[in-house]
Order: sequence, then structure tokens, then C-alpha cells
Amino acid sequence: MVVASPVVVELEDVEKHFGAVRALGGVDLRVEKGECLGLVGHNGAGKSTLMHILAGTSVPDRGRVVLSGDEQKRYSPSQAKKLGVRCVFQELSLCSNLTVAENARVFHSALRGFNWRRKAGTLIIDKLDDIFPGHGIDASDLVQDLAIGRRQMVEVARAFTATDEPVRLVILDEPTSSLDAHTAGQLLSYMRRAVEKGISCIFISHLLGEVLQNCDRVVVMRDGKTVAADRAKAFDRAKLMNAMGGQEQQSEARAEERLARGQSPLRVRARPKRQMGIAELVAREGQVIGLAGLAGHGQTDLLLGIFSGAMRARPDIEVTATVALVAGDRQADGIFPHWSISENIGVCSLGKLRHGLLISPLREMTLANFWRDKIRIRTPDVRNNILSLSGGNQQKALFARALASDARIVLMDDPMRGVDVATKLEVYELIGEEAKAGRTFLWYTTETDELSKCDHVYVFRNGAIVADLTRDELTEERVIQSSFTEPS
Amino acid sequence: MTVVTTGAMQLKPRAMGRLPRLLRTLLPGLSLALVLAAIAALNPRAISYFGFTLMLNLAVPIALATIAQMFVITGNDLDLSIGAFVGFVGCVTATYLRDAPLFGIILLFGCLAIYAAVGALIHLRNLPSIVVTLGMSFVWQGLSILLLPKPGGRAPDWLLAIMGHKPPLIPFPVLAALIVAAIAHFGLMRTSYGAILRGSGGNAIAISRAGWSLLKAKMALFALAGLFGVLSGLALIGITTSADANIGNGYTLLSIAGVILGGGEFVGGRISPIGAVIGALTLALAASPLLTFMHIPPDWQVAANGAILIVVLAARVLISRAGTER
Repeated sequence: MVVASPVVVELEDVEKHFGAVRALGGVDLRVEKGECLGLVGHNGAGKSTLMHILAGTSVPDRGRVVLSGDEQKRYSPSQAKKLGVRCVFQELSLCSNLTVAENARVFHSALRGFNWRRKAGTLIIDKLDDIFPGHGIDASDLVQDLAIGRRQMVEVARAFTATDEPVRLVILDEPTSSLDAHTAGQLLSYMRRAVEKGISCIFISHLLGEVLQNCDRVVVMRDGKTVAADRAKAFDRAKLMNAMGGQEQQSEARAEERLARGQSPLRVRARPKRQMGIAELVAREGQVIGLAGLAGHGQTDLLLGIFSGAMRARPDIEVTATVALVAGDRQADGIFPHWSISENIGVCSLGKLRHGLLISPLREMTLANFWRDKIRIRTPDVRNNILSLSGGNQQKALFARALASDARIVLMDDPMRGVDVATKLEVYELIGEEAKAGRTFLWYTTETDELSKCDHVYVFRNGAIVADLTRDELTEERVIQSSFTEPS
Repeated sequence: MTVVTTGAMQLKPRAMGRLPRLLRTLLPGLSLALVLAAIAALNPRAISYFGFTLMLNLAVPIALATIAQMFVITGNDLDLSIGAFVGFVGCVTATYLRDAPLFGIILLFGCLAIYAAVGALIHLRNLPSIVVTLGMSFVWQGLSILLLPKPGGRAPDWLLAIMGHKPPLIPFPVLAALIVAAIAHFGLMRTSYGAILRGSGGNAIAISRAGWSLLKAKMALFALAGLFGVLSGLALIGITTSADANIGNGYTLLSIAGVILGGGEFVGGRISPIGAVIGALTLALAASPLLTFMHIPPDWQVAANGAILIVVLAARVLISRAGTER
């Protein structure tokens, strides 16, 4: 009988610095065979850095990485793959110009020779069928033609495929952030099945409920260190929040005052293109309107339609004020990767920042510093490149861009994807304040929690509105139920 | 019931995404057909075995140079030296390759090594390719002038025989274009390493995370560009029979235009070898035969050529926009 070491991976006293910033300050971590480890912590707590070290894409400054009992001296991504460590990174790592099958090939050097296309296609589609039945993805689809949720599904499925190299440990960094409730559920149940078969998982999520329900053990990170580790059963939401150093603030009392604003001036009236019947979306000044439903059912299209409706008149969409958009696909549509934080924040307010014919760097800095302090963007200097920020802080900068502009309507395309709880709470607060001051928010979100922050929710299916719920009628079941009804 | 409805819902967006993509794939072919139709209308006699052989005479080296450029564009780079390089290869072909074949061959292989080294330099030092290749273009140009200060030399006989070959039924340039397109398509689109090369243009980080060497990929792309550049120089001298240091100068921009006309994009590894060859043919036809038949004076031909490019590229942008708005 082979006595395999029950410990798949062990990190000892790992340290990592980026310039003057300490990302990890002596972290110990071990994952056992057939165990699902949950990893939680705020943005910038060092989770992603830790995962990059495990995946070999980042080299620790100090400390030991031990895999299957052997210390890895020269650890690299290819070495990690050989030893069965797979990683689904937060920023998607598919080649968008390649097909789904070709992306599987990129991952497996064993897929070559005469028949590689068919082999790669079968491999990835079988796994997709296994994890996400009814996924609707074809092996010959170009990744650029897939919606972000489907790309995430491909990425996840690819991590679980095996050819000549075994799968021992799969690291899932915010895998459910781009998925809707239904597919996220499919993924989580597959993860449990995989763990039962002896594969280990590290599951990183900002949705604490997901972590508590699906993980065997939970490790909490804070400021580059692990501050708590125990069986998942020993934790509850409050305990986790406490360990993370977050403060849960509930502000439900605003419901009353918001209802009073129901008769304010009209801001947006829009009919989705494929809408039958008379349903339409109406937003008034000072309202927060939620767009719900499964991912990719026309919510983003409608937001983009409203955005273009503000530029030039359209028969189906009426917009009475200026708009700004907070993009959901932050890497592709949101940030300007070569620009500084202040330029990224200021780009929607160029009129205000002008001095004569030119942009005044001073005003740009002032604006950026104001928003940095207001919504706590964690950076020593707003002149740094935007990519120096962690994901959540990049998202905050995008919020600052929209809120700093003079737009009266803010469109949000699932902006909280992969953002930590503390940031979310801060942004919710901010949205509440701004709505009170008369701004209108149209908010597409895949998280039911966030819908409760809205005054009114429209549920979408197949590009049309299928339900129109006021705040009092809103429950998770009703949203899910309507998400599966056909538009009448 | 749920299963049936989810199936229906998931088919729709895909079918929608495919129509503009199909249109875009067909666009290079459509523009070629349009140019051919115009030529046929203006001068029906041109559409013949002899007519094609004559009209597409120079299309073969252009197509080869376009494929060379396409490999570089696959990796999100641009080769501004390809024209001067084709000229240099031409000079080597018309001198050493005839007089001292062994040395000539070694020299040409040396060129491939230099191309690969340029790729390595661009990758390792993270330099902008246009700067490096612009510099290289002066190097090639200077070497050509050293080698052949005034026009002259003579193509080797075997090369003249190949380029003067008259196959039955299909005109030689058409046959050559088909073979070039098939080889490039197979190499880059169908082989498993081709997927890696294209992926390095699409998402380099993903490729390196999957354990592939980006250095090797970049060197491979540049070496392939060098290889097709050499073939282009050979083909060109096989047609013109003698060389001139400036013979390839127009090829840099022609090759870039050919790639873009053929449906390629400057960034993101989105290229099409078949499209690139079709683009090169379109350019070769639109460049002079069509305009001559239209009685446009030679002074205006370059401008007219540019106008054709703008129209085709504008059509492409409109089609892609229609695709995203739907």
C-alpha cells in the first residue's frame, strides 16, 4: 500500500514584499489531501499574493514551499503544474483570441499531435458538462464571443481537467464572482464532489456564506498574515467578520425616507429591445434601481442602451440627465492600465479639470486626493499607476470616477465583482448618501444581498423584464423564481 | 421544462454573435471578388490564364511578405524592416546565391538567426518593436547598398525556372498563393504550437502561467517572419531577374495593409493567414491593373489605392460595430 503524505502543500514563514509594501509577512499554511480550505480576508490582505506563490507565478522573498513532502527550491508555474497545482486566477487567464478547445490545449502540453483539436475539445466540454450541465458552450467558440460568466465557467472547468499531469490542488480565487446564483451553485456542488474524490481545494471568496457552507476549514488573513484558522463549523459570519477586522454596519432604516422620494422627476424610462407587452424600466431622481436575474440576460445591454440613449435620442429609451457608467469587466472596460490613479479618476470630469485648453494636473490631483480620502483608496500616492492597486481598490477608483463626474445618473454593471466585504459596505453607504443627494443609480447585480439595497428591482430573462418588484415584495425566492419564468 | 428553455436561451446569443463574425471572415474574400468583378467589367480579356499570370505577377512576393508581417503582428508587434529585408535578400540572391551558392545559403540562414535574435531582444528588454525594427530597416538597407551599390546582379537559373513555371489550367501566381495560404494556415491555425503562438498575442500572461516560454514564442514568430521574408525576396528576384537595393521598399506598408485588409488586427493575436494572402492579392490587383484599366493616371494610383483601403477598413469597422450593438 502506498502511504501518500496527507499534506498536499505546506507554506512555512513565507514573506513577500513589493517595493516598500509588505504583501505577506511570514505566513504558514497547510492543505491536506481531500480538504477544502476556505481563505477569507479583505482586499489587500495578501490572499491573491499567497495564491500566486502557490501557483509558482510569484517567488517568495523568504520561506519554504513544500509540495507533497518535497521542498521546492526552484518553483515555477510549470513545476506547479507538474505537481498538480492548478489555479483559477481572479483576473481571467484565457486567451480571448483562441477557441475554448485551444485554450484547453494551452493548458496541457500533452495535447498535441494529429488529433489534438478533437482531444482538447472533448476534454474541456466533458468537464463543462460535468460541472455546469446545460452550459451552452461549444469547443469551437472563440472566448472573445463568450459573456464573462461563461468565460469563468471555461476557466474553472479547465483547471479541473487532467491529462498526463494529475490534479491535486485547485485554487479558486473568487470563482463565483462572475457567476449567477444558479451556476455558482453548480460549481460549489462540483467542488464538494471533487474534494470527496481526494482533490484538495483552496476556495477564496468574499461571500462568507459560501465559504462557511462549503469549506472544511477556514483561514482568515489580515494585513499579510494569517490571524485565525479553524474548522468551518467553529466559525460563523460574525466571528469571521470580527477576525477579518471588518465592522458590519446595517443601515436598513433608510427605507422609509426613500419611499417618500417616489414622486421625484423622471430620470430614465427604457424598454428592453426584446420586450413584449408594456413593461418598461422607470427610474426617478434619487432612486436606486436594481436589475436582477441570471447573468447575461440583457441587463448589461440595457445599461449600455441607456448610456447611448443619453448621447443621442432613441425612441425606446428616454434619459433626462447626464450618465456615467461603472463597468463590470474592470480589466477590459474599466481601467486605463497605463494611466495613474488620478488620471483614471479624473477622466470623466475633464471639463472641470481644465485650465485654459489644458488639463490642470493640480486640479486632477486635488480631485483624486479628495476621493482617495473619501472612499479610502489604499495608496500612498495617487500618481502611482492604477495597476499598483489591489482589485477592490481599482474598483473604488472606478466608483470615484463616476461619482466625481457631474453625471446625475450612475449605471453600475455588476461593479462589486470580487470586492471585499468592507469595501462593499463602504460603497453601499456611499450609494445611499449620493441617492439622498438626488443621484439616480441603476444597479445590475448578481448578488441578492445587494438587491435589498435597492428601492425597486426589475428581474430580467432573455433580454426582457419579467418581474417588477418593489422593495417590500423583494425576496430571494421571488427573484430566483422570476429568473426562470418565460417572458409573457 | 427548465432544461428545454435553458437550451433555447443559450442558443440565441451565440447565433447572434456569429453572423457579424462570419461577415468579417468573408469580407477579405468579398473585397477581392469586388476588385475582380470590376476588372472583368472593364476588361473581360484580363480574366484569363494569361491575364492572371500577368496581373498577379508581383502578388507572390507581396503575399509572402504579408505572411511574414502577419507572424510578427500575431505577437502584437510590427515589423517596419520587412521591406528593407526583402530588398537585402534580393541583393544576396542576385549576387552570392548565384556566384557562391553555399555562402549565399549560409548568409540567408544567418538572416533567420538575426530575425530570431531581434525577437529575443524585443522580448527580453521589453522594447517597442517599431523602434527596433525601424533601426533594423536601416541596417538591412545599408547592407544592401554595400552589396549592390547600383542595380544589377542576376537571379540564379533555378529560381528563374521556378518563378517562370507555367502549370496547366491554374495560373502560377494563383497556385503559389494557394500553397502559401495553405501552409501558413496549417502552421499557425491548425498545429498545436500555433495555438500557443497566437495565444502569446492574445494573453501573454496566461501563456506564461501555463508554463510556456514567451521568449521562445517571440523568437519563433520572428524567425518565421524572417523565413517568409527570405522566400519573398527570392520570389521577387525570380520575377525581376535582377536586384536593386531599394527593390523592396514599398513592401513594409503593403504587408501591413495586407494583414489588416485580410481581417487581422494590430493587437490581440487576431489574425487570419488565408485572409492575409487574399488581402495581398487584392492589394496587388488594386494597385495597378484595376486602376490602369480605369484609366486613372499613374500619378493618382497611390491615392486611389489608399482610398480602396479606407473603404474596406471602414466596412469592417461598421460590421464589428453592428455585431457589438446587437
